[in-house]
Amino acid sequence: MQTVAVNPTAPRKHKRSGAEIGLIGLALLGAVVMLGVPISVIFVYAFRAGIEVYLANILEPNTLHAIGLTVMTALIVVPINIVFGVAAAWLVTRFRFPGRKLLTTIIDIPFSVSPIVAGVIYLFLYGAQGLFGPLLADLGIRIMFTPIAIVLVSMFVTAPFVARELIPLMQTQGSEDEEAALSLGAKGFQTFWYVTLPNIRWALLYGAVLCNARVMGEFGAVSVVSGAIRGRTNTLPLQIELLFNDLNVTGAFAAASTLTVIALLTMLVKVALESRRVHR
Amino acid sequence: MSLAVMTRSRPATRRVLPGFGLTMGITLLYVTLIILLPVLAMVLKTTELGWAEYWRQISQPRAIATYQITLTAALAATVFNALFGLLLAWVLVRYEFPGKRLLDMLVDFPFALPTAVAGLALVTVLGRNGWIGQFLEPLGIQFAFALPGVIMAMAFTSLPFVVRSVQPVLEDLGPEFEEAAASLGATRWQTFSRVIWPQITPAFLSGSVLCFARSMSEFGAIVFIAGNLPFRTEVTSLLVFIRLEEYNYGAAAALASVLLAVAFITLFLTNILQAWQVRYADRSR
Repeated sequence: MQTVAVNPTAPRKHKRSGAEIGLIGLALLGAVVMLGVPISVIFVYAFRAGIEVYLANILEPNTLHAIGLTVMTALIVVPINIVFGVAAAWLVTRFRFPGRKLLTTIIDIPFSVSPIVAGVIYLFLYGAQGLFGPLLADLGIRIMFTPIAIVLVSMFVTAPFVARELIPLMQTQGSEDEEAALSLGAKGFQTFWYVTLPNIRWALLYGAVLCNARVMGEFGAVSVVSGAIRGRTNTLPLQIELLFNDLNVTGAFAAASTLTVIALLTMLVKVALESRRVHR
Repeated sequence: MSLAVMTRSRPATRRVLPGFGLTMGITLLYVTLIILLPVLAMVLKTTELGWAEYWRQISQPRAIATYQITLTAALAATVFNALFGLLLAWVLVRYEFPGKRLLDMLVDFPFALPTAVAGLALVTVLGRNGWIGQFLEPLGIQFAFALPGVIMAMAFTSLPFVVRSVQPVLEDLGPEFEEAAASLGATRWQTFSRVIWPQITPAFLSGSVLCFARSMSEFGAIVFIAGNLPFRTEVTSLLVFIRLEEYNYGAAAALASVLLAVAFITLFLTNILQAWQVRYADRSR
C-alpha cells in the first residue's frame, strides 16, 4: 500500500521524483519477470532447434490433427456463441421481464466455475455414469470422449463471452435508434441488420475474438471430456501436455507457439478496437 | 463486471421492439441445455451418494490437504496480485514512460494465453535449468514441484483482475482530488489513505475477489508445475481429475461440488461488491 502513496500530483512535465522512478522501475521489473520472460521462453524454445525442426514439429501428424480439431471446434462454437450472445443481449437490454436479473446471473455461471467442474458436470450428464448415460447407451449414441463433447464443454465455458461484451454497450446505447427505424416502417430484422448491428459490431467482434481464444485454449474442461485419444480427440492444449509428458519439449513449445500467436493477435485486436472506439 | 450488476436500474421499455419471443426462446434453450442441465446432473449425482458417503469423501485427509494447499496458494497469489496490480494500475494511470502502451497491452496477456501454455512456459522458466530457476536453485528456492510454483501459476493466470478493476476508477478520479488534498496541507500518506483509497476500495476488493476465485479454480497451469504430489502440491481441482482417472466418480462428484459451491459463493460476493461499487460511483458523481 505504502509504495503507492507517493507523488499524489500527476506529473506531466516536471522532473521525475525518486519515488516515481522507483515505482515505474518496480512495475517494469515485475512485468518483465511475470510477462516478458514467459512470452519470450515460448518462442525461444520453439525455434531453438531451427526453423526446419519447428516446421517438422508442427507438421507431425498428431499435432496437425490436434490443430485441425481445435480449429474445427472454434468454427462451430464461435458462431453459435455469437447467435446466443446477441439474442441474450437483445433480450436483457431491450425488454423487462420477471427473472431478468436471475437470467443474467445464470449466464455468468460458467465464468466463475472451475474448468475441471465444467468437464465434470458434462461427464455426469452424458457419460456412462451420467443422467442421460443409460438412455444414450440404449440409443447407441456416444457423446463422451468424442469431438461432440469437446464442442459442448467449449460452448459451456464460453457462454458468457459475447453477451458480456454486448450487454453494457447496448444498455448505454438504449433503443431509440431501433424505435426510430421501426416507426419509419423497417421490419424487425432490417432494424437489427441496418441499425443495431453497425452500432455493436466492434464489441461483437471483440467478444467473438475472446471467445475464440478461450475455445482454442481451453484445457481443464476438455481434458475431462475428450479422453485425449492421440490423433482422434486431442486438442492443441492437450497435445502440448502430451508432448511435454513425452519429454518432447521442443515439440510442446512448437505447438504452444501457435496458441501464443493467437493470444497475441487477440490482444492486438483489442488494442485496435479500443483506439477505434476512442476515435469515433 | 458481472452481468447482473450491469443490467441494474434502467428506464422501463415497453415492448415496442420486436424479437421478444425469438430471443427469449434462443436464450432459454441455450441456458437450459448448456448451463443448467449439466449443473443439475451433477447435483443429482452428488445427492445419489447419500450424506454419510458425501461427508466421508469431502473430509478425507487427502481432500482436506488439497483445500489447505489451494486456499494458502490462492491467498498468497491474491495478496501478490493485489499489491502488484495496484502498482501497475497506478503506474499506468499516473505516469508517462517509454513502453507504457506495450505494458498496458501485455497486462491482458494471461487472459488470452491458454493455461496449458502458461504452465509450460512457467515450469520451463522456473525449473532447475530454467532462465530464472537456475539462479534460485543454489539459494535453495524451488518453484517447480513445490508450493511456490503453484502460487506462481495462480498469480500469472489471475494477474489482470486487480489492474483492470482499479485502472478505470483511478482514471475517472483524475489528479484534481489529490491536488486539492495536497493544497489543503495533506501529506502524501493522508492523501492516499483518506482520498484515493476510499474511492478505489470497492473496485480493488472486487478485483481481488475475482483474482482469488480464479486462483481457487485454476487447473491447467498448475498441472504442469505442481508435479502431482499429494499433501504437498495437490490442489482440489487436480484431485478431482485424479479421482476421475481412477473411475472413482462418487469422490469426483463430491469434490467437484465443493468447488462448485465456492464458485457460487464468489459469484454472489462479486455481485454484492460490484453493486456497492456502482452505488459508490453514482454517489460520488
